[in-house]
Amino acid sequence: MALEQEPILRVEKVSKRFPGVQALKDVDFEVYPGEVVALLGENGAGKSTLMKILAGAYHKDVGTLFLRGQEIQPQSTAESQQLGIATIYQEFTLTLNQTVAANIFMAREPRYGGILAPFQLVKIRQMERDAQELLDVVGARVLPGALVENLSVAERQQVEIAKALAVDAQVIIMDEPTSALGSDETEKLFDIIRNLRERGLSIIFITHRLEEVFEVTDRIIVLRDGERVGTLDAARTDVDEIIHLMVGRELKSIFAKEYADIGETILKVEGLTRRGVIEDVSFELRHGEILGFAGLVGAGRTETMNVIFGADHKDAGHIWIKGEEVNITSPEKAVELGLGLVPEDRTNRGLVLELSVLLNMMLPTLKKFARFGWMDRRGARRSAEDYVERLSVRTPSMEQTVKNLSGGNQQKVVLAKWLMLNPQVLIMDEPTRGIDVGAKSEIHSLMCDMAKQGIGIIMISSEMPEVMAMSDRIVVMHEGRVAAILDQADATQERIMAYASGQATLGANGNLKEGQVV
Amino acid sequence: MTEKAVPEQLSRRESFEAASRKWGRSIISGQEIGVFIVLMVMVLYLSFKTDTFTTSQNIRNITLSFSWIAIAAFGQTLVIITAGIDLSTGSVMGLSGLAAAYFISGDKSPWAEEVIRNGREALGVDGQYVPVALLAGCAMGMFLGALNGVLIAWANLPPFIATLGMMSVARGFCYGWTEGWPFRQLNDEFREIGQGDLAVLGYDIPYPTVLMLVLVVIMTIFLTRTIWGYRIYALGGNEQAAELSGINIRQVKLLAYSLAGLLAGFGGTLMTARLGVAAPTAANGYELDVIAAVFIGGASVKGGKGTMVGTLIGAAIMQVLRNGLNLLGYDPYWQPAAIGFTIILAIMFDQARQSPQVAAFLHRLLGRAEASMRSAG
Repeated sequence: MALEQEPILRVEKVSKRFPGVQALKDVDFEVYPGEVVALLGENGAGKSTLMKILAGAYHKDVGTLFLRGQEIQPQSTAESQQLGIATIYQEFTLTLNQTVAANIFMAREPRYGGILAPFQLVKIRQMERDAQELLDVVGARVLPGALVENLSVAERQQVEIAKALAVDAQVIIMDEPTSALGSDETEKLFDIIRNLRERGLSIIFITHRLEEVFEVTDRIIVLRDGERVGTLDAARTDVDEIIHLMVGRELKSIFAKEYADIGETILKVEGLTRRGVIEDVSFELRHGEILGFAGLVGAGRTETMNVIFGADHKDAGHIWIKGEEVNITSPEKAVELGLGLVPEDRTNRGLVLELSVLLNMMLPTLKKFARFGWMDRRGARRSAEDYVERLSVRTPSMEQTVKNLSGGNQQKVVLAKWLMLNPQVLIMDEPTRGIDVGAKSEIHSLMCDMAKQGIGIIMISSEMPEVMAMSDRIVVMHEGRVAAILDQADATQERIMAYASGQATLGANGNLKEGQVV
Repeated sequence: MTEKAVPEQLSRRESFEAASRKWGRSIISGQEIGVFIVLMVMVLYLSFKTDTFTTSQNIRNITLSFSWIAIAAFGQTLVIITAGIDLSTGSVMGLSGLAAAYFISGDKSPWAEEVIRNGREALGVDGQYVPVALLAGCAMGMFLGALNGVLIAWANLPPFIATLGMMSVARGFCYGWTEGWPFRQLNDEFREIGQGDLAVLGYDIPYPTVLMLVLVVIMTIFLTRTIWGYRIYALGGNEQAAELSGINIRQVKLLAYSLAGLLAGFGGTLMTARLGVAAPTAANGYELDVIAAVFIGGASVKGGKGTMVGTLIGAAIMQVLRNGLNLLGYDPYWQPAAIGFTIILAIMFDQARQSPQVAAFLHRLLGRAEASMRSAG
């Protein structure tokens, strides 16, 4: 058909102002039927605001929204869904205590009619049949009657997509859908997205992993400071051009690794086992080294760190710090021994969101600045201010509530908090997840600085380019075991994937045997 | 009969079996089996240890005296599944009982009575105030419950605070309205609901027990089969998710608290009929028994979990415990301590069940039991 297609969803000159900040300024935006559009921009560029306006969670100040040429004014998320715009948030909107079918048809369960109508009885069997059909469309291998709490993250996401299909969505907005997925699960998600595109659905895709946009998207729309700064054809652009548009300046490379001098072994782990979770994990970490941990989600990387840090008890294995065997029974003990843990879940486990920057930073150091239980407030404050400056945390004041900082700055507060303790070993679990490019490269250079000071760093990351660029050596885990330990020079994306997915294993004599299908 | 052949879809038979298994599981989930076994062990122990436990009079007394606790606890279950709590249950039961008694008490001559009497004479059903009393009790309960719901859903008060206030307000009205004196001389037909029996297959079953059993069926259907039940579970599972999916959160909360009030009111009315007098101090402290029954029955403090059958068993366990301590000759003053221990143990058991290791162990245990049952059958 040679006809110029009408956009299914069109946004015209939309602006939104929050107290003190113009979040969106005259933004135009359009999606065509059967198209995947990537919406990119740094944190604070206005992506989320725009998406929330489309989803009905926020109201625009000025501007117009058109769906299939008709003006719409969604007042609530429910209304927006009814119109055919479904949103899949980073935090899934599923209830763990209910079945897959009940979740897919939440608030629109099929019910019996006729004389039974006043009783609002749910047609459970029909609901499960319909759910099965939608799950088949998505290609999810889960039973409609299964409880959501028993599903993996990737499966939950598939249920979430099926839920969007159940409201007969024409436009599906996905907010960082890959941030919680491992690489092969991401591939599967992309297959689903391509499948949906073939069915004529339109998808708006938000991500911080730039390499992904080339895989599935047709067009790329870039926002900066609340304005649309460019539209790119995914087939005819590259990462550099996108970054240039996003940050408005040239960034030489996303991953600027600086090599530190690598010294003695500082942490040695041997035969670490926690039944049913991790099995016989051994590795060494040296001064000044960044040791990357790669693997699929659920491979046992986070669990390993929890055991080392004393948050979970071990069933077997030994840990040495600076050649001395230690028995770490609690996180408190781990901190005393010079270990620090920057957890994966920044907002729940890394920070107390309702407290100020200052108080958050003081939490692990309370002992250090206390004399007989009495806080040396001035000393603590001076030290905290020092670190805020060194890490260039952008906060209006030390009293600012952490909740109001951007993701990148929150992560820096977590880092600063641990650096105040002068740790020997710093474990970082997904240190740059959900952080924009600019803040990401700042975190990376901070990591290199720390390594130069002789700190041993363990970095868990599900982002392959990050692991490959930043690590001196890479531990690849598969199903709770160490599948391989590779030098940076030997590591290729293919090799890491092969080990991570169990396609290759260590031979009996410790030599690498590749290509062996398990 | 031609059936569309759809590959990878469950056959009708399989899906029916899966559905019925799930239906069974939704009624009797892990914890219910646990508490049911506990109840059975207690019953068996007491029937061997004492001569009096298994007499039909004693069984009748037990089922009668936990019936109104259980009925109020059905409502409390709804609230606790939404991750809320209703502390006002005891006071609501008391005030509802007074409201019911007000219309039929011989020593009161309210203006309403005249109106009703005239109306009833016109209908030719003179002298029977039972439906009026029942209606008044339930309406009072529902009204107070709805107030709780409004305070929680619209004024955004935490459930603990809103119902703590209501607990005191309702109790205050009990004292103020009666000036401290009970409503007496309740009419015989009304007392019959609480004291009479229904003859079923040669057994005399007290009316409150019958009503409790009818309600457990109705409430189970309500909770597991209607859209309202789905919404209540969704709200307790993930409030934000429920809201983003288009569920009217406030409406669901209002419903849960109103029904909790209604059922507490009904329970209070039955209790009043049983006692034959409506005292302002009636049902004082019952909220603890009611809440305990729900938690012993397997509901989660975090919301999202709980069933009516579990609650019924929970209420039964507490009454059997009380009765058993009596029959074994312990001083009744020790009863609260025993009840308290039971509650703490039940919650500890629930938390242990949630740890993955214990869950895996239970799974193996149940799986083995299921396998041996299958091979035996």
